[in-house]
Amino acid sequence: MYTFSNRLRTAAFVLMIVGALGLAYGFFAAPSTEAEALAMVADAHHGDDHGDAHEAGAAMEHGDAHAEEAHAEAAHGEQAHGEEAHAEDHGSSHGEHVLHQLQNKPWAALYVSAFFFMMISLGVLAFYAIQRASQAGWSPVLFRVMEGITAYLVPGALILFVILALSGLHMNHLFVWMDPEVVAHDELIQGKAGYLNVPFFLIRALIYIGGWGAYKYFSTKFSRAQDTASDDSNFIKNFRISAAFLVFFLVSESMMSWDWIMSFDPHWFSTLFGWYVFASMFVSGITVIALITIYLKSKGYLDFVNDSHLHDLAKFMFGVSIFWTYLWFSQFMLIWYSNIPEEVTYFVTRIEDYKLPFFGMLAMNFIFPLLVLMNSDYKRLNWFVVMAGIVILFGHYIDIFNMVMPATVGDQWFIGIPEISGILFFAGLFIFVVFNALTKAPLLAKRNPFIEESKHFHY
Amino acid sequence: MASKVIQALYNDDDVLMSAVKRVKAERHHIEEIYTPFPVHGLDKVMGLAPTRIAITSFIYGCIGLTVAITMMNFIMIQDWPQNIGGKPSFSYLENMPAFVPVMFELTVFFAAHLMVITFYLRSKLWPFKEAENPDVRTTDDHFLMEVALSGNEDELKALLVETGAVELKITEKH
Repeated sequence: MYTFSNRLRTAAFVLMIVGALGLAYGFFAAPSTEAEALAMVADAHHGDDHGDAHEAGAAMEHGDAHAEEAHAEAAHGEQAHGEEAHAEDHGSSHGEHVLHQLQNKPWAALYVSAFFFMMISLGVLAFYAIQRASQAGWSPVLFRVMEGITAYLVPGALILFVILALSGLHMNHLFVWMDPEVVAHDELIQGKAGYLNVPFFLIRALIYIGGWGAYKYFSTKFSRAQDTASDDSNFIKNFRISAAFLVFFLVSESMMSWDWIMSFDPHWFSTLFGWYVFASMFVSGITVIALITIYLKSKGYLDFVNDSHLHDLAKFMFGVSIFWTYLWFSQFMLIWYSNIPEEVTYFVTRIEDYKLPFFGMLAMNFIFPLLVLMNSDYKRLNWFVVMAGIVILFGHYIDIFNMVMPATVGDQWFIGIPEISGILFFAGLFIFVVFNALTKAPLLAKRNPFIEESKHFHY
Repeated sequence: MASKVIQALYNDDDVLMSAVKRVKAERHHIEEIYTPFPVHGLDKVMGLAPTRIAITSFIYGCIGLTVAITMMNFIMIQDWPQNIGGKPSFSYLENMPAFVPVMFELTVFFAAHLMVITFYLRSKLWPFKEAENPDVRTTDDHFLMEVALSGNEDELKALLVETGAVELKITEKH
């Protein structure tokens, strides 16, 4: 049995408290009036050339449409919705726009972190189900670690649900399509209102969370029941529900990515988006399995885990990183190549306002793991895998950041106190929930038909 | 005498493995082992150096990537930068997404093919090469170990029989 070390527990609480304070500061520091917002922007841009560019860009932008809302990317400019309605209040529209962006900042910081950590445990759950359904012989010694990590899924997803529900109650401007004022002037969103409406959106969210939570609950239950069983019936049940879950997961994950990420830009759509988000969560999940396995092994809890298990996890990190890059590039290149205005604005805003995070994540998620994890010997070195894993996790945080921020805070982004605090808070919560769950069952599954093979796994 | 070898035939790969360990422990020099299929772990037991073919492949891949970049930069950007469908041909970087498929494929092409050719060269394989098979049964169901003979014939024979050899032959090394 694992015992949660006091130092780690304290560290988790410190992270949570510091993070919560920082997030509170973020909400406190957000402007409440247009004048404040404009003053903040003027301060921030004072003396750098970006200021001019921004003012020019903003002036050009509210010439046409978007003034009414925080989504307000140049992206939406050419849709020309609400043009007449807002052309006259030219002067105040810039202020309103900036106000909404700045008010969104702490919310978006909270959302990105909440989604990122939820997505890690969802990725681990998918990995776990694949290991079960494929009857992998190498991984059963890691099942308890995976079960521990997926314990964060339900609380994490419920926190996200609360944020979504608060958005639905108009506590923030994260989702443009939730604002009736915007929808009234936007025929494109009106056309999608059959799918994008708050009640249906929240019901869908509950269905996804319910499905994932049910699988997590029953698979863990059967897995623990197998420890004391006299036959393999629990193992077989687990095999069946894992296969069924994977079918449900593929559909629900895809729809979840449309709902929770893609609907930040309700004018834009991409067909492989679900896969892209999946690749991101899958590689982050595998990385976290590797990191927690290395941590527990270093504390002497996983003596049955050897270099070859680590090697396999590192191979997955390497392979799925490249899979992520493949999907990222497929999405980017197809849109860049055809250059259709209504699609390409998504990348135009990202490349103009988010150049460093947008291309930086490519270095962190592709080039770094490609070069570091290619060598077979390095994949067996703990410190190498840890180093690569930390870079991959940061890279995928930036990936989610790039998906959410341009539509919510636009060019007002900054990785400052609210963003870092969001990471700290959810990292603390994640550590607390996961390591707490690890104390609940022995770290080696007994009576799993593949456990002996897995213990002697050698590559 | 140095060119004489003793050939021991085995009919089981597990027996072969333990025989190799035994012969190595007795400090005899194993010239060669012929098996009908890959025997997992045989190279480790024999103490063969690990292959470096993956390293050559990485280098070939880098060469392929360089070839692709140089080629397309010259053709599309330097030599005749036409406007084709509005694609920006002012610099390589601006038009790079369009070149990535070619860059990727050439990297893989060079890495794969040159590595295979390297393998052929290093293992001396080519069409019409005369087979170096000491006993035709080693391609079907027998394993053959060749041990160098240096005047210790009876002692070595006894050792090999003890390790489970089903047949022994003494022959000139070809």
